[in-house]
Amino acid sequence: MQTAALVIVLAPLLGAIVAGLFGRQVGRAGAHWVTILGVAASFALSAWMFNAIALKGEEPFEWSLYRWATVGSLDLEIGFLIDKLTVTMMTVVTFVSLIVHIYTIGYMHDDPGYQRFFSYIALFTFSMLMLVMSNNFLQLYFGWEAVGLVSYLLIGFWYTRPTAIFANMKAFLVNRVGDFGLLLGIALVLMYAGSLNYQDVFAAVPDLARQSVGILAGQEWMLLTVVCLLLFVGAMAKSAQMPLHVWLPDSMEGPTPISALIHAATMVTAGIFMVARMSPLFENSDTALNVVLVIGALTAFLMGLVGLVQNDIKRVVAYSTLSQLGYMTVALGASAYGVAIFHLMTHAFFKALLFLGAGSVIIALHHEQDIRRMGGLRRYMPITWLTCLIGSLALIGFPAMSGFYSKDAIIEAVHHSDLPAAHWAHLAVLSGVFVTALYSFRLFFLVFHGKPRFEGHDANDNQAHAAGHAGSAHGHDAGHGHAGPPRESPAVVTIPLILLAIPSIVAGAIAAKAILKDGFFGGAIVVHEDHGAARLLAEEFHDWKAALLHGLTATPTLLAVAGLVTAWLLYWLWPSVPAVLAKIFAWPRLVLERKYGFDEFNEFLFGGGARGTGDVLSRVGDGVVIDGVGVNGTARLVGWISGRLRWLQSGYLYHYAFAMIIGVLLLLGYFVHGIGR
Amino acid sequence: MPNLPLLSICIWLPIVGGLWVLFAGARAPALAVKKESLIISVATLLFSVPLYTGFDLSTAEMQFVERLPWIPAFDITYHLGIDGIALPLIVLTTFTTVLVVLAGWEVVQDRAYQYFATFLILEGLMVGVFAALDAILFYVFWEAMLIPMFIIIGVWGGKRRVYAALKFFLYTFLGSVFMLVGLLYLYFKGGSFDILDMHRLPLALDAQKWLFVAFFLAFAVKIPMWPVHTWLPDAHVEAPTGGSVILAAIMLKMGGYGFLRFSLPIVPDGSYYFEGVMVALSLIAIVYITFVALVQRDMKRLIAYSSVSHMGFVTLGIFIVFRVMQESGSAEGAIMGMTGGMVQMISHGFVSGALFLCVGVLYDRMHSREIADYGGVVNTMPKFASLMMLFVMANCALPATSGFVGEFLVILASAKAGFWIAFLAATTLVLGAAYTLWMYKRVVFGAVANDAVAALRDIGCREQTILIALAVAVLLLGLWPAPLIDVMRASVENLVLNVVTSKLP
Repeated sequence: MQTAALVIVLAPLLGAIVAGLFGRQVGRAGAHWVTILGVAASFALSAWMFNAIALKGEEPFEWSLYRWATVGSLDLEIGFLIDKLTVTMMTVVTFVSLIVHIYTIGYMHDDPGYQRFFSYIALFTFSMLMLVMSNNFLQLYFGWEAVGLVSYLLIGFWYTRPTAIFANMKAFLVNRVGDFGLLLGIALVLMYAGSLNYQDVFAAVPDLARQSVGILAGQEWMLLTVVCLLLFVGAMAKSAQMPLHVWLPDSMEGPTPISALIHAATMVTAGIFMVARMSPLFENSDTALNVVLVIGALTAFLMGLVGLVQNDIKRVVAYSTLSQLGYMTVALGASAYGVAIFHLMTHAFFKALLFLGAGSVIIALHHEQDIRRMGGLRRYMPITWLTCLIGSLALIGFPAMSGFYSKDAIIEAVHHSDLPAAHWAHLAVLSGVFVTALYSFRLFFLVFHGKPRFEGHDANDNQAHAAGHAGSAHGHDAGHGHAGPPRESPAVVTIPLILLAIPSIVAGAIAAKAILKDGFFGGAIVVHEDHGAARLLAEEFHDWKAALLHGLTATPTLLAVAGLVTAWLLYWLWPSVPAVLAKIFAWPRLVLERKYGFDEFNEFLFGGGARGTGDVLSRVGDGVVIDGVGVNGTARLVGWISGRLRWLQSGYLYHYAFAMIIGVLLLLGYFVHGIGR
Repeated sequence: MPNLPLLSICIWLPIVGGLWVLFAGARAPALAVKKESLIISVATLLFSVPLYTGFDLSTAEMQFVERLPWIPAFDITYHLGIDGIALPLIVLTTFTTVLVVLAGWEVVQDRAYQYFATFLILEGLMVGVFAALDAILFYVFWEAMLIPMFIIIGVWGGKRRVYAALKFFLYTFLGSVFMLVGLLYLYFKGGSFDILDMHRLPLALDAQKWLFVAFFLAFAVKIPMWPVHTWLPDAHVEAPTGGSVILAAIMLKMGGYGFLRFSLPIVPDGSYYFEGVMVALSLIAIVYITFVALVQRDMKRLIAYSSVSHMGFVTLGIFIVFRVMQESGSAEGAIMGMTGGMVQMISHGFVSGALFLCVGVLYDRMHSREIADYGGVVNTMPKFASLMMLFVMANCALPATSGFVGEFLVILASAKAGFWIAFLAATTLVLGAAYTLWMYKRVVFGAVANDAVAALRDIGCREQTILIALAVAVLLLGLWPAPLIDVMRASVENLVLNVVTSKLP
């Protein structure tokens, strides 16, 4: 088992090293083979381990790989903890990663950075596995920042585009704000628990729960509340919760496969995973859980609304991701950690599917991403159409699809939660269902149905397109010259779509009972007895068929169908109506199009503020005060005195040195004299 | 090699070799001079390796001790020896010098033999600083070291080299003169110039305060701490690449070393008295300087400011020990902070050295340090861009690079002293990443900015060797810092124990 776990982690790393450092030697095919084989090996072993631990019920295990450092009597180690939560994450991550690797062969076919891309995504898989398999906070932090690094590299993959290199820096810095919280949280954990190992820390929880910490003068806060809030700041950045969500929409500048892998299915769920992993801590702080609920509910609802007005196909899906991450966060806040992981898993399948489907559309239209210039693609791309339909239905929680079970469970869990914030969170996630259905099918109908709006794409838009990608030496303009009607994508693209469509349909029904009723995650997740949401959920749940029958007439389903029908009316049947509505609701629309002004606010306050502060400190602090008055002023003073005294012809710096030395000698004489006495 | 006087070899081999290059080099062909210099520096590095392999990890006592009478009238001895604090710095010195010799290989045309000779002599003097256990011997090395550096900046520097060289010299000289006064006072008080004797000398609180200030002036300028840091950006900007590397990688560390070797053990109560000021100055350095670095337009100036900020972590780690002891009541956190400060010194040696070399690579080609003159370098220099990315990330303290280890330990330790101290220190995660990545974005990413960038050629074999050697060091130290931390462990624990024991009579 230990060897298998080690291979799971190291196989993608090996692939990344070979493809990255020896890309020229192994060639394009070599690069994709070595990384795909590495990730495939990881997936196979993860599946085997999932079978052994999650299904056959073998004991979870933990071991330390090597001693990183010893400081004082504290051993910092790199090691693994493999339990049911871990194996689930490992399987999801390696599965989606494998699919994305295969898909990339088709998507990045013409790109000169082919090997580099494979190296990055394999490196990402390694980092993500290090993160989820860790048995301690140090390694968690390593994986946490490592996935951030790869995300940075991949968002800026097309490094000649100004927007891409702005987006990647923004992503890194916003994530660093989260890391800042996470690191302080870890520091407090170490300070009070005396260890960074999960098991040691969790064992110390009863003791920690009694402690308080003085952060602001005269105010004692519960230690675990402070720790959990700090850790949650980390989760907010990584899982893009408001107000640290601003980097995720911009991250769409990266190539589509990584939007699917990193910015939808896996990396952004690291925050959700981390909070679930830390459930023994969060369960002891109702304050933290309330904050989690509020943040998650706000994100789920407000970011869904923004999705309604986006016109870039990838950005619509990105805002949908934000909103769905909000759902998962809400589940965490309601202490239904298993449900959050359940939605994380189904979401990984259908959101990766939607992104890869969007990518398929984008290639077919020669890198057109504006949905106003799409439409009627169903005839040209039947497989993409069908798989995207499945993905969209799963996303809106249509009965019997995977998303139906997980999303319903979240809504029910919040309903059962007793926390003060749960009531409002419930309303938010419930209305979010309508919004989700509306933006999902707005996208779907605008892309695949209605009149084709891409004719003349080549004639009219080459210019605009070229302007948009100005300076792009790595663009995909090669395809533009001979663009006929859109064609269905090749098999390396469509097969991954189909492979993801299957679990998007069935994963929910298969896993529902185990996770919702039978406490699948076992000891990996701890729930305080006062937090009964998950328990009540389990009591209500019988099996997937009963849940399905019950769900058919439940409010969420009705809302989803209502959203779907509205989208159908507005964007298929009466396509002229949305323009009229836009005029009527001009103000709210403006707010949404500006995305509530977060970007402008951050740029003004933090961007401008930091540069302004730097300017002042640099010119006034260092320039005028220290150098001007202090250093050169001293020199001038010495010069002035020596000039007055006509000791030497003034003006040469070495005279100042002379003056200083004399002063020092006087001092020296004084000291020696003083001691001699 | 137990019988060889390894420390003396590491000091005198490069000095004698350097002098020989200096006198014989004028007539020798340039290539022969370079080869000789490389052989001397590599030999010194090889002689420093057994210091590490033969080092006894279990003791805090001085090892590889050499002791000869020198000026018996004043009881001044030629006394050398190293503990776990000095050893890593010596190996860092010998390692970096090899790279600096390589870095100057094709670049320096003007009086090349003098250039290499100066660096070799400088190497010996720097090793001497770290190995000396006699205060006068230490002081001689300490001051003598300024001369080659002064020459390096003044002769091979940029346009304002004279101003920068003088500023550097006056600043550091002024500081260290006060240290001499302090050392003389200690001699008159205790009757010995032996540093280890000074460690044991009981002193009244007032004397300790004055001594602390005297030491502070010497070491705070050197490391440098805010607000006596402004010589550093000027010196770096004007210094040639090799000078910047030595300055950042090793000379700054002498300030930290001085605090650990002199201030803390000789005047622990004085240090305790001033610890609040020191912590505050460190935090100012960390936060204030990151903002200043953000708006720099000159790459070298930016990295120089980044050095000041990173050195803030060294002084924070060193001087947080009192507060940590007080708050947590155990030495654990204090050891962690001091270890973090030490690791930060070593790591910064690699990372800032590498970054200055990277700027040097660009400067050799474009003769500009202005960020605005660059853009899209990755298009023409992909190998360089990848390696620089690694160093940039190390500068942002990304885990798995050496830059992470020190900052991580210091932040964890300072949380034990107070939440807000850790909070302020941790802001570097965001701000440090901001200035570093913003520079990288403007220089390396983007479309090719101008014809000069379009004409750049990627790094050659020699430059690759240098940068890869540093990359390996940075990664190794990040992935597995245990070998480094184990070496300094006994010494750090011993030092913490001494520091918290009062020396008041």
